[in-house]
Amino acid sequence: MAETHSLQDLRQAAVASKVFVQRDYTSGTICKFQTKFPAELESRIDKQQFEETIQTLNNLYADAEKLGGRSYLEGCLACLTAYTIFLCMETHYEKVLKKIAKYIQEQNEKIYAPLGLLLTDPIERGLRVVEITIFEDRSIGSR
Amino acid sequence: MTGNMHLGVEEPIRECQYNQICTHNSSPMGTPHTKKKKIKRKWQVFQGRNKFYCNGRIMMAKQTGVFYLTMVLILVTSGLFFAFDCPFLASNLTPAIPAIGGVLFIFVMGMLLRASFSDPGVLPRATPEEAADIERQIDTTNGPSGPGYRPPPRTREVLINGQTVKLKYCFTCKIFRPPRASHCSLCDNCVERFDHHCPWVGNCVGRRNYRFFYLFILSLSFLTIFIFAFVITHVILRSNRTGFLSALKDSPASVLEVVVCFFSVWSIVGLSGFHTYLISSNQTTNEDIKGSWSSKRGKGNYNPYSYGNFITNFCAALCGPLPPSLIDRRGFVQPDTPQPAAQTNGTGACPSNQVQSHMAATNPLLHSQTVILGGGTPLQAKTSLGGPCSTLGPSQPSLPSSIPGLSCGGELMALRDSEIHCHHHLHHQHFISPEETPSPPAALPCATHLGHHVHPAQLFDPASQDSLHEDSVRGLVKLSSV
Repeated sequence: MAETHSLQDLRQAAVASKVFVQRDYTSGTICKFQTKFPAELESRIDKQQFEETIQTLNNLYADAEKLGGRSYLEGCLACLTAYTIFLCMETHYEKVLKKIAKYIQEQNEKIYAPLGLLLTDPIERGLRVVEITIFEDRSIGSR
Repeated sequence: MTGNMHLGVEEPIRECQYNQICTHNSSPMGTPHTKKKKIKRKWQVFQGRNKFYCNGRIMMAKQTGVFYLTMVLILVTSGLFFAFDCPFLASNLTPAIPAIGGVLFIFVMGMLLRASFSDPGVLPRATPEEAADIERQIDTTNGPSGPGYRPPPRTREVLINGQTVKLKYCFTCKIFRPPRASHCSLCDNCVERFDHHCPWVGNCVGRRNYRFFYLFILSLSFLTIFIFAFVITHVILRSNRTGFLSALKDSPASVLEVVVCFFSVWSIVGLSGFHTYLISSNQTTNEDIKGSWSSKRGKGNYNPYSYGNFITNFCAALCGPLPPSLIDRRGFVQPDTPQPAAQTNGTGACPSNQVQSHMAATNPLLHSQTVILGGGTPLQAKTSLGGPCSTLGPSQPSLPSSIPGLSCGGELMALRDSEIHCHHHLHHQHFISPEETPSPPAALPCATHLGHHVHPAQLFDPASQDSLHEDSVRGLVKLSSV
């Protein structure tokens, strides 16, 4: 009988290993992660699903750092108010980071935790890596 | 300075006690008798050589003496201007003069405080698992290291916008540095889009505070020229009435102001011009000094980060999105969070900048890490007093690691003072950690290869294997014969 984990169960499970998805700098210094599928996850998760998650993350980060009318407006307004406006208002980047945190939690709950995996928000690793913790699969006859 | 906080700080300040990282430590770590370990904030266990104030809201470099000098110069000169020259000018010319001067002054101070107090874009160090993972990847790429003394080159090449860029591995932070990042040896941090370390501002200038720094020097140029011009006007107007000498007697402060402004104008206006050029071509001071994107290096050499036209470059640098701090200074340290690699000292006290244990891991490598210790920094500050920031140069330029005959695959110091630093380094090393390494091996390489300007890290992890140590010693002996 396949044992699926919930997010709470994972906290008690033993960590088997960790996989790190590194940054992809081919587009410059913007925050982007490699979509290459790590070998260690082959037995655990669908390649398509994984790539979709990373791609969505990349798109969200690109939106945060996008140069355009909105970011210029925010920058000019901030400068004019001597940056005091950020005492009341969040920057666009911070808003996107919150969105990303929610997305990652949602992905963990729906897709990764049942497979015994856990995604760590890259912001907790200084936007260097996407850390995927692989938990020991104690189920008998697991998928 | 408390009154100006709200200009420069990202969060509202409710209480503002000056908790310097050294003195604020309620319970010593590791004492078995404490009932409950006090939860620390992340700034208290931060591994770089930074100082934190206001419970982590303010972040500065370790040496802040020159910053206070900057503040004093600006405050005193402006104060004298408003006190002595403005009354005359307001009544005889127009009250707009003090008004404009006031606005300029507030803007200058705001930008200065913002540039000095914010996180320049420090990259947090790798966690132990990450570091191990990278080490493993490097080993796989370069093959097993035999008894050779040449460590595998720790670089990765990446193609950005048609240009090949080398990513270097930082031995202190245990990460491959993103493009344009550099390790500041004064602050002992890797900083994103590292421009330079500015002692006048008391902080590194990097991705997150470059625009504040630029606006500071730009507005300071205007302020200096403004004060200079109007003080001269004041003195001339007075001289027309009462004669030159009597005019000087009536407002003696004007002389001081003119002198300060005259000498500042050249350096500050020059610096503003220089940074205007840098912004329009989207380069950092670091890249410009190294000539990374100059056409002299090769025909096809161009800057892959430039947006093409100077307007977009300007807008991107000054009005682009401001990324949040990656180091989360005021967050709480989770008890089960893996502490990043190479943690120097368990207590939140002043990070021990003399002893850094480099985890040599599986490779008997010579970790060439330039470490400018306490002895070195005063020298650094002294050389900078004479000129503007741009002449200070990058704290740690990363030169190509392939130097014939030397296998140190780390950072190389190109500063003139490297020899002096080397001696200080040795001195501290011997004094602080007699039990860690036998002293003779450490003494050999520094003395013999001064000409190469290389500093191998003579600090080893006390827990390292004997064979590891043996290989390292062999390596050092080999170096000494170079």
